Amino acid sequence: MAKFKMHLLVCGGTGCNASRSQEIAANLKSSLKDNGLENEVQVILTGCFGFCEKGPIVKVMPDNTFYTEVKPEDAIEIIMEHVVKGRKVTRLLYTDPENKQHVADSKHMGFYKKQMRIALRNCGYIDPQNIEEYIGADGYTALAKCLGEMTPEQVINEIKLSGLRGRGGGGFPTGLKWEIASKNHADQKYVVCNADEGDPGAFMDRSILEGDPHTVLEAMAINGFAIGATKGLIYIRAEYPLAINRLLVAIDQAHEYGLLGENILGSGFNFDIELRYGAGAFVCGEETALIHSMEGQRGEPTFKPPFPAQSGYNKKPTNVNNVETYANIPIIITKGANWFNKIGTEKSKGTKVFALAGQINNVGLIEVPMGITLREIIFEIGGGIKGGREFKAVQTGGPSGGCLTNKHLDTPIDYDNLIAAGSMMGSGGMVVMDETSCMVAIAKFYLEFTVEESCGKCSPCRIGNKRLHEILEKITKGNGTMEDLDTLTNLGRVIKDTALCGLGQTSPNPVLSTIENFYDEYLEHIKDKKCRAGVCKSLMQYVIDQEQCVGCTACARNCPVNAISGEKKMPHFINTELCIKCGACIEKCKFNAISIC
Amino acid sequence: MTKIKSLADLKAMKQSVQEKIDTRAKGKAEGLVQVKIAMATCGIAAGAKNVMDYMMSETEKRGMDVVFTQTGCMGYCHAEPTIEVTLPGKEPIVFGYVDLKKADEIIDKYIKDGELVEGIIPVNYEKINN
Amino acid sequence: MEKINIIIDNKPLQVEKGQTVLKAARAAGIDIPTLCYYELDGVKLENRPGGCRMCVVEIEGRKNLAPACATEVAEGMVIHTCSLRVVNARRTVLELILSDHPADCLICPKSGKCELQDLAQRLGVREIPYQGEQSTYRKDMSPAIIRDVDKCVMCRRCETVCNVWQTVGALSAVNRGFQAVVAPAFEQDLAKSPCTMCGQCVMACPVGALSEVDLTRQVITAISDPKKTVVVQTAPAVRVALGEEFGMEPGSIVTGQMASALRRIGFDYIFDTDFAADLTIMEEGTELLTRIDKFTKGDKNVKLPILTSCCPGWVNFFETNYPDMLDVPSTAKSPQQMFGAVAKNYLANKLGIKREDMVVVSIMPCVAKKFESQREEFKENGNPDVDYSLTTRELAELIRQFNIDFKTLPVEDFDNPLGESTGAAVIFGATGGVIEAATRTAYELFTGKKLEKVDFTELRGLEGVREATVDFNGTPIKIGIAHGLSNARKLLDEVKKGNSGFHAIEVMACPGGCIGGAGQPFHHGNFDIIRKRQEAIYREDAGKPIRKSHENPYIQTLYKEWLGAPCGEISHHLLHTHYFDKSKHIEIEG
Repeated sequence: MAKFKMHLLVCGGTGCNASRSQEIAANLKSSLKDNGLENEVQVILTGCFGFCEKGPIVKVMPDNTFYTEVKPEDAIEIIMEHVVKGRKVTRLLYTDPENKQHVADSKHMGFYKKQMRIALRNCGYIDPQNIEEYIGADGYTALAKCLGEMTPEQVINEIKLSGLRGRGGGGFPTGLKWEIASKNHADQKYVVCNADEGDPGAFMDRSILEGDPHTVLEAMAINGFAIGATKGLIYIRAEYPLAINRLLVAIDQAHEYGLLGENILGSGFNFDIELRYGAGAFVCGEETALIHSMEGQRGEPTFKPPFPAQSGYNKKPTNVNNVETYANIPIIITKGANWFNKIGTEKSKGTKVFALAGQINNVGLIEVPMGITLREIIFEIGGGIKGGREFKAVQTGGPSGGCLTNKHLDTPIDYDNLIAAGSMMGSGGMVVMDETSCMVAIAKFYLEFTVEESCGKCSPCRIGNKRLHEILEKITKGNGTMEDLDTLTNLGRVIKDTALCGLGQTSPNPVLSTIENFYDEYLEHIKDKKCRAGVCKSLMQYVIDQEQCVGCTACARNCPVNAISGEKKMPHFINTELCIKCGACIEKCKFNAISIC
Repeated sequence: MTKIKSLADLKAMKQSVQEKIDTRAKGKAEGLVQVKIAMATCGIAAGAKNVMDYMMSETEKRGMDVVFTQTGCMGYCHAEPTIEVTLPGKEPIVFGYVDLKKADEIIDKYIKDGELVEGIIPVNYEKINN
Repeated sequence: MEKINIIIDNKPLQVEKGQTVLKAARAAGIDIPTLCYYELDGVKLENRPGGCRMCVVEIEGRKNLAPACATEVAEGMVIHTCSLRVVNARRTVLELILSDHPADCLICPKSGKCELQDLAQRLGVREIPYQGEQSTYRKDMSPAIIRDVDKCVMCRRCETVCNVWQTVGALSAVNRGFQAVVAPAFEQDLAKSPCTMCGQCVMACPVGALSEVDLTRQVITAISDPKKTVVVQTAPAVRVALGEEFGMEPGSIVTGQMASALRRIGFDYIFDTDFAADLTIMEEGTELLTRIDKFTKGDKNVKLPILTSCCPGWVNFFETNYPDMLDVPSTAKSPQQMFGAVAKNYLANKLGIKREDMVVVSIMPCVAKKFESQREEFKENGNPDVDYSLTTRELAELIRQFNIDFKTLPVEDFDNPLGESTGAAVIFGATGGVIEAATRTAYELFTGKKLEKVDFTELRGLEGVREATVDFNGTPIKIGIAHGLSNARKLLDEVKKGNSGFHAIEVMACPGGCIGGAGQPFHHGNFDIIRKRQEAIYREDAGKPIRKSHENPYIQTLYKEWLGAPCGEISHHLLHTHYFDKSKHIEIEG
């Protein structure tokens, strides 16, 4: 066993590949062979390190030396110096931007601190279906601490001091929310976990529930203790069968171990948790709609006040928090508010989990401290844009958020900065787009979602979003006018200003932010009838290159609407009036004579 | 019957579990190999269950002493299914895009011989200490 | 009440704490436009989903505009109801609503009385800048109500009256987003839903999405047919509301002008449902006394309390919701149907015309009466006792169509023999009136003594559920009154438990009784109108020379000439009915 003494990991991610990592690997291998080391040291291409800004990367194991910006010609030096003589190649080491020092061991690189898994701390480490593993990972210690050493007021103060804000999107201070619920007296109060994750592409909550269900149960019990509630409800969408299953197992185990139920840890505190299944309506993620849905009513929001903390589930004081918010609670209690509030920015503490998706190399679930920049997320964690293409925009906050652009790349991410930039934190979807994305089409996509998912209660959201969508449709079809642009802006602002719930109020963000940041692209669609990304089909024209066409008639024979004409062995033409842009001709042309412009 | 009636019970259990984990980690002498398989919905959808079943039966067939654990999402959605292999005394290594063929390769080369195979996902975060 | 200081449109005001911005503004004479907001303050019913967003105002320090209807005032609040931002938002929202609303005002049943039309005028909308898809739905028509929900603006007013005030649950919001609409469950036909056809949804609807089935054309055809003798009857509550349709003050009593108008329209005989109301008292009062008599003698089969059965919405309600209690309500037909039975039997015979040649038209404050008149058990060989039941509003339409200047009409009398009535009959139109009328007669029949004070004020009022005990010369008679089917449900659940102790309960489905009926001129949530109609009803009663049903000389003649005694053989066949279990009639297809 352990045939190899040393491994050289060469980043084979697309970013580094473009900067010749294949060549580096080949050079390393041949140099090893020259030194007769090919059976002792292994060179291997890996997935993307995510650190594409400093690529190509070569990492030496087991000593964790991290070489950056390696060129193929550096290979020999690495082998001769590092492998043969055991001396690190200093000039290739990563330089800490703060203190300008070379970092020898990658474990001390700031890069690894870009991500910080607090809410996800146990995901990928413990067996979610084994309560003992959770206990081994300090699980239920926070609950024990609350029940044994703290008063409810102290718990609330700790959460307030931590600066934790709701991770479901709005960013309301969690401690304050608890305090309000605790001060409303009633014979019965409720603690509700909002697991109705509905943003397209978002799966932070599902991952937490599937990977670490006990942390949510523990946090809910702490929440119950703090506000004086003995009942907890988890509103989870029925489309999450695995998460449901793991929660049910976890609840059973917690009962079995006496960590839920009557007289928990001999403290006299009782707490129980039940699941409530949602049918997958986006609007039921809004807390008042969620409560109505749990009550068996139509899932639609009601005007606040009264807030759930005053009159919630069954008209009783109810505290609703999102899954990720809860996942932060136990560790805040065990490590203390002062540990937590040192992470993040002045007004946004801690970390945020994002589902990183789109035209990015490392699509994945990441957790980063607040205050990180989009640039760091996209280029240092996400591994940059796929295929080395140009970054164009990033959409945060799902249908409630907006599209940010180059100029926002260095803005520290927190609740307030994102809102100021015309987007929002949302629940944590982050879709990266490159030049192949049409921003008008993107806005239309999100509007389509909102139109589909609007509950229909208030006029601005029910009708206004439909109209926004229709106007965007008109623009992408090439029929837009400059007045439409004014209408979009005015209508978008009015919807923001007048819609009933938070979802409606944020629904025009995708439109407004793209108009703000990609005005030129709208203009092109309207005035030049062009879609630079080539996404809007109606704005494209199919053209046969008269030079290339040999008149084989394959295109004409395959055109479903007989839009192509021409004599045999003579160049053909496309009647653009008839053309439906189906693409059949391009597929059939063997001479690359047909193009889209 | 509840198993944990007091804080002391909880602490005792935590200690015993941690000891168990420690022995597992320190069990270099016995050459215990640990494999964690990310089994969130996305991993399962990508085939993690098959991979786990396959690896369990294959390592058993080949008489290898491997402990398998299912776990939650590791965050590398672009490379599901993902597994983390910890050889005795070594840093954990995460492999991505693990299909049955890759699983075979991992068993044959990395678990058996410590020879790395392609498909390593460089870990880009640290676990916070509880 | 604690007072707080706020500023609305630069006007410093002291207002009650806990009030909404809308109410505070309106009290100060600032009328913020509303659409979904609907309040019947007299019965404490409020619909304020905050959905239409017409009433948005700007509150300093708040990020978004706030709906005035759902926002409570707070100390120091500074509110702008017509800042540029508000005006632009309000107008945009209205334009949006109009963009999904058919612009067929010319032929809409609600034209001229439509709150959306009013708003469009008030905000000066001349064009709708949003051209797009309009939501369309299947048309639906029950025997009483037409649903044309392409016009629905999702104000939910109908939903609230149907679910909260009536606890009927026939209407609720279905679907999502642009396709969201108020409809029966599974978008079934209203006729297959638990709808009682009370029509309060029609009354509440601000637009033309819900309207009554219009029968004016059929009535004109009948009048124009020389072979037909067309007889009309008018319900008590119509005379105190019809004037509103012609710009008269609410509470104007227009009995004489109405008779006069009906005559000009060309009805052959102008009769009064009030006559039948007196007849109802004879029958129902006798039934009550018989039941009390049997009950006190220990007859276990007799059911007390007796429940009134004049209100067709209420009858539909208990047939659907309390099928196990069908033997509890009085078997007496409603006045409309008693009139029809008397007209098509007694009167037709007296006039020497065939039943088929007589057309009985009723003018009702009610939408459910349209359904009641078409019940199979009220037909003879397919010929209904009452052919066409029109609402007060339809009568007003007829009057307008016949170029009649209502306000200047001379006061005329009803025809005889079915036109004479007492004050007891008039008060049928207000909640508590039927039971008061019954009490006036039952007292004298029970005690054999003359009732000196005929006003039972303890039975009057607008409380949803009222109770009173009337002393029948030493025998206490416990009376319950409910208006609104939600309130009826409360009483009925008590009765079901068997410990209510009531002897008689009156139920009316509509707020305030028939004066607030769904066939009356639209009050748009202004409950003062209903209060004024109520006052008028009692004024009309007080002015009547005879105020006890059994003293009506034509009623006495009717018994002498034809019926014999109350609850006798002919009455049993023609003036009493039975009820059907309709609980299984709610069908769910698909």
